[in-house]
Amino acid sequence: MRVLVTGLGVAMLAATLWLFSPAWGEEELEVTPLATDAVTIEKGRYLARAGNCIACHTVPGEAEYSGGRSIETPFGEIISTNLTPDPETGLGNWNTADFWRALHLGRSKDGRRLYPAFPYTSYTRITREDADAMFAYFQSLEPVNKPHPGHALRFPYNMQQALMIWRALYFEPGQFEADNNRSKLWNRGAYLVEGLGHCKACHTPRNALGALQSASEYAGGPIPMQGWDALPLTYSKPLDDDEAKQLLRLLKTGVSRDAVTTGPMAEVVFHSLQYLEHDDLAAIVTYIRQLPYAEPPEPPAQYRVTDQQRKRLIKQGKQVYKQYCSDCHGEKGQGEAYKHPSLAGNSLVTAASTTNVIRSVLYGGFGPSTQGNPQP
Amino acid sequence: MILRHSLPAFVLILFTTFTAPSTAANDLGERLQACAACHGEKGRSSSEAYYPSIAGKPSGYLFRQLENFQTGRRPHAIMRNMLAYLSDDYLQDIARYYAKQPAAVITGKPEASNERLKLGRQLVMVGDDKRGLPACTTCHANALQGIRPDIPGLTGLRAEYLSAQLGAWQVGTRSAPQPDCMAEIAKKLSGDEIQAIALYIANQDYAGKPLRGASLPPALPISCGAVQ
Repeated sequence: MRVLVTGLGVAMLAATLWLFSPAWGEEELEVTPLATDAVTIEKGRYLARAGNCIACHTVPGEAEYSGGRSIETPFGEIISTNLTPDPETGLGNWNTADFWRALHLGRSKDGRRLYPAFPYTSYTRITREDADAMFAYFQSLEPVNKPHPGHALRFPYNMQQALMIWRALYFEPGQFEADNNRSKLWNRGAYLVEGLGHCKACHTPRNALGALQSASEYAGGPIPMQGWDALPLTYSKPLDDDEAKQLLRLLKTGVSRDAVTTGPMAEVVFHSLQYLEHDDLAAIVTYIRQLPYAEPPEPPAQYRVTDQQRKRLIKQGKQVYKQYCSDCHGEKGQGEAYKHPSLAGNSLVTAASTTNVIRSVLYGGFGPSTQGNPQP
Repeated sequence: MILRHSLPAFVLILFTTFTAPSTAANDLGERLQACAACHGEKGRSSSEAYYPSIAGKPSGYLFRQLENFQTGRRPHAIMRNMLAYLSDDYLQDIARYYAKQPAAVITGKPEASNERLKLGRQLVMVGDDKRGLPACTTCHANALQGIRPDIPGLTGLRAEYLSAQLGAWQVGTRSAPQPDCMAEIAKKLSGDEIQAIALYIANQDYAGKPLRGASLPPALPISCGAVQ
């Protein structure tokens, strides 16, 4: 009994020391020289596009990458940081090791743990070389003086200790490891999707603590706080070659023969995917179409209606559709190739959750302007 | 030798040209059907109180409004979501399209007392030096036709719409790029004065299309972020 109590006391002491001594476990990181040549900077710019850094780190209408964008989470509000090389409010005093620490270990220059709204759980897989190139690009930008107002997170989520516990449970820093049994294209796709692309961050459902549910990877589900559903990226029936080609076109231009990207995915295409090279997009599609199938953790709530109510709803829906929708989307919902998405058999329309359909009707409209589809 | 290499390339180019979707913009009217749902065919609205007509307004002003909706300076959930990921180039094309359309002109003048109209006339045509209020005509042109590309005309609009915009600027639910001249002006006006201005302007005849840019005075009386 005494041994048990003593053991428990020691364990609690150790835990307390760990929680309140955040200096433990700090690795010494190598400071590599900052590249200033045009080739590396261009590479860094491309990788930043692939990582879609601009979407979170820019307020629309303000200087690119200067931060200040408010990101709503179930735990409060997080404000994105300034990535421009301003010495006072940005990364002006950082070196390559500091940047690597942030991307790979999820810690700031001063050792502070970062909130996983910054998806370092994915970015940890980016190579040191790529991270250095991205840093070189950010350091080449015009410095913008924009002080950070501080996050507005609720207690206890605003404490470093909460982050320590979360990270102990849900974060493992790691390098990307190529699978030698797979093609080079698949591996490139895996590196992009699991790392820079951080597709998982939206396309995998999260638990109550905001962590990804690893048993349902890429199964889709509601994106917290955004009011949109991410569609599943795993398919019970694998994509055939034509569908894969259409998917590539969808990611590149925002529109394919039968579909259009809308909502948060339109933003991803607009800011990020439209700038990727054909080979990289082909790699992404190759990886995605070979993802193992995963069921979403629980089906969404459904309204139960009687047969009679159902008949009435369909009749009413038909009238509304004829009056407002059929001009563009066709009498049979067939749409017009590459212009108006087909609605019949469209995975967004027939999804179990009606969130996206309702949102599209209420607020939707145009897909994103891209180089391949400048006037949606 | 050249032919052997270029023939397959030529066939490939031919193939992709005929199978790739067209990116021509000559069907812009069709692409903008989504706008017609609220703003009416070719931008001539039938529910002016909520969704103003946009036909015939100057293109710079229309582009600025699209930008304002996109960035939230003019808050409106539907407009923001529809415009969210459209490029500046496309917004310019859309603005130019609607600027070219014949304007929708409200006929019928609202009732207003002589006193109201007198107050309105004073503010619109003369302004108030003491408060630093320029006459509306110093920017919007002498018959309030507006000046291309950035300054809209004020005639042919409903009084409710005019007073709603001034009210919105006063309260801050509508804003423009800094320095926001209209906000500055609206904040100096009382509710009565806003109503008088709206009634006076709505009682004027439609003054015609906005004037060409050359008619702009060399310096505006008040600096304005929305005018380049």
